Amino acid sequence: MSENKKLRMQLQCPMPKLDFDVITLGHGSGGVLTNKLLDSGVFDLLGNDILDERHDGAFLELHGKTAFSTDSFLVSPIFFPGGNIGELAVNGTVNDLAMCGAMPRYLSLSFIIEEGLPVKEFWEILVAIKFACERAGVQVVTGDTKVVEKGKGDKLFINTSGVGPIHPKATIGAKNIQMGDRIIISGNIAAHGMAIMSVREGLEFDSEIRSDTTNLNHSVIGLIEKFGPDIHLLTDPTRGGVATVLKEIARSTGVGMDIFQKDLPIDDQVANACELLGLDPLYVANEGLFIAFVSEARADAVLAELRKDENGRNAQIIGSVVKEHPKQVILESAIGGKRVVNMLPGEQLPRIC
Amino acid sequence: MKYLSEYRDPELAKKYLEEIKNTVSRPWSIMEVCGGQTHSLVKNGIIEMLPDKITMIHGPGCPVCVTPLNLIDKAVYLALEKGVVLCSFGDMLRVPGSQKSLLEAKAEGADVRVLYSPLEAVKIAEDNPDKEVVFFAVGFETTAPANALSVVHAHRRGVKNYAILASHVLVPPAIKAVIDDEESKIDGFLAAGHVCTIMGNTEYHPLSATYKVPIVVTGFEPLDVLQGILMVVRQLEQSRSQVENQYARIVREEGNPDAQKIINEVFEIRNQVWRGIGEIPDSGYAVREKYAAYDATKKFDVAIKEAPENPLCISGQIMKGIKKPFECSQFGKTCKPTNPLGAPMVSSEGACAAYYHFSGMVEA
Repeated sequence: MSENKKLRMQLQCPMPKLDFDVITLGHGSGGVLTNKLLDSGVFDLLGNDILDERHDGAFLELHGKTAFSTDSFLVSPIFFPGGNIGELAVNGTVNDLAMCGAMPRYLSLSFIIEEGLPVKEFWEILVAIKFACERAGVQVVTGDTKVVEKGKGDKLFINTSGVGPIHPKATIGAKNIQMGDRIIISGNIAAHGMAIMSVREGLEFDSEIRSDTTNLNHSVIGLIEKFGPDIHLLTDPTRGGVATVLKEIARSTGVGMDIFQKDLPIDDQVANACELLGLDPLYVANEGLFIAFVSEARADAVLAELRKDENGRNAQIIGSVVKEHPKQVILESAIGGKRVVNMLPGEQLPRIC
Repeated sequence: MKYLSEYRDPELAKKYLEEIKNTVSRPWSIMEVCGGQTHSLVKNGIIEMLPDKITMIHGPGCPVCVTPLNLIDKAVYLALEKGVVLCSFGDMLRVPGSQKSLLEAKAEGADVRVLYSPLEAVKIAEDNPDKEVVFFAVGFETTAPANALSVVHAHRRGVKNYAILASHVLVPPAIKAVIDDEESKIDGFLAAGHVCTIMGNTEYHPLSATYKVPIVVTGFEPLDVLQGILMVVRQLEQSRSQVENQYARIVREEGNPDAQKIINEVFEIRNQVWRGIGEIPDSGYAVREKYAAYDATKKFDVAIKEAPENPLCISGQIMKGIKKPFECSQFGKTCKPTNPLGAPMVSSEGACAAYYHFSGMVEA
């Protein structure tokens, strides 16, 4: 998080005075301490008409075709360059909805807190959640807090679920992919995963590698407004990175894809970090990136439009859908050789040498 | 990044490929000894770009692949039964032991950590004086200096709760074993650039002279590998057999004397079992008696019985270049990266895993 952003948060959302410094098991008991914790700030920070009813569930007005998505967030460390687990949890579900062509509206928010988490850290995460919700234009309408014993969690786990109506012009679906479709990526790859890795490994670079976590709904809806049926499929390459997502699509739809290493946008520092740690950026996680399958005819126009967006400045066409080699993703390497892009058998493990 | 892009220049790559095509007149089999080179060949799609007359054979240079089964069992035992903090390079974790891998031991509650440097393991030992910390010291001559340094470092700082489980393998004896094998059909070698960065090239001259094979010390970027191949092919076509240094920007003839000194301080040469190949004389490092307190095999009671290898796995023939992975009856059927029968299917540097990915096989 930038210092400016942090300062703004502190000025706007001063931490309430509490008679406890760390969260204990009692704060998840549902009793006095739970209420104390929630009343101390959660409801004030995230409050809205629906949440303020404090009922067991939320009463929502939703009409027409609606998207619904859920995701759990466990990241270590919970604070990392470019963000924290709070905004990650909001952006993650917001983006999953956006990839359905939906306009995210309402979120649920559940915490599983390991006892001992400093209230100060919890507050900072809540504030990040508040701002992330504001940016995305979503409301937290229901939630839950549980506390587990020390050693039974990793500081904080967050689950968010979200709903939102599908944009009337959206026709997103794997079945809409057509031969010749261009594959557009919205920005530089591998930033989030390498931001986390560089903190874990204590690596320092000329300038800090920052997570790309952000909400993509406005960018995506902008494209759908303008290009509607020419946007065939949207997906965000989070866990497993670009390679895994493309391979999944190729497998499930039966189409082949050609992608070109020379066209894959990547920041120099991130590329360096990947080389150093022996990781392939194609498999590294992203949190503020989407891939669009777009009709061949309109691909250049979509790209030009996307590049005007702050989340799409580095957008590139990285390849296309092809008849040859169904179910396979083939990457043309920088020197012109070809290789098959596969899913990893498990977690990406750094190589010895 | 300059040092990356300039060794991945597509135009230069094309020129090298042209030159290789123009030079080669008959079939040659070239072994790249090092797994890092195998990785580069596969990742950059070089194998398909080479003329048909050139067959690349992926050598035994994947340290993960040749680490004996018994030693993996020992590491698992130390982590699970002895409660040590078992630290390792990343890609060792998935290698199957006779019962389980380190990754599975971790899932069962063992404290297994992935590190980039053995010195981090010494730090963990210092920070946790109540725990025993063991570093799984695997690798060729390349990783030996850092592993040796960790022992010297721990010794100097009086860290008593640190030890290494050493499984170091040496390249020149392996090249010799591969050539000596009656079935082997290798015409020339790309030697491992990083190994020579440490050890220099002197050990390779007698090999090249005795067996009359070209050996080119080669780097790992696509242009390095292409140039290395071209240099081997030129020698073969001209009936020369010399040691040449493609990786001269890094490798000096004498290697790195400081690194060699620290290796000698901690390790001595011994016979070593290579998984899938068997025992090769004078091809490994053992911790010297002077540092026995840091040798996990002496510090802990790890008398684990030798378990038999999966009889269906032909990894030895694969690593000696006698058979290609797809000539194995289990390849891609019972043996896959998620269920490897032998080590070459595990690491991305392993010949079988490399072929598996390259072939585009899809796991259900």
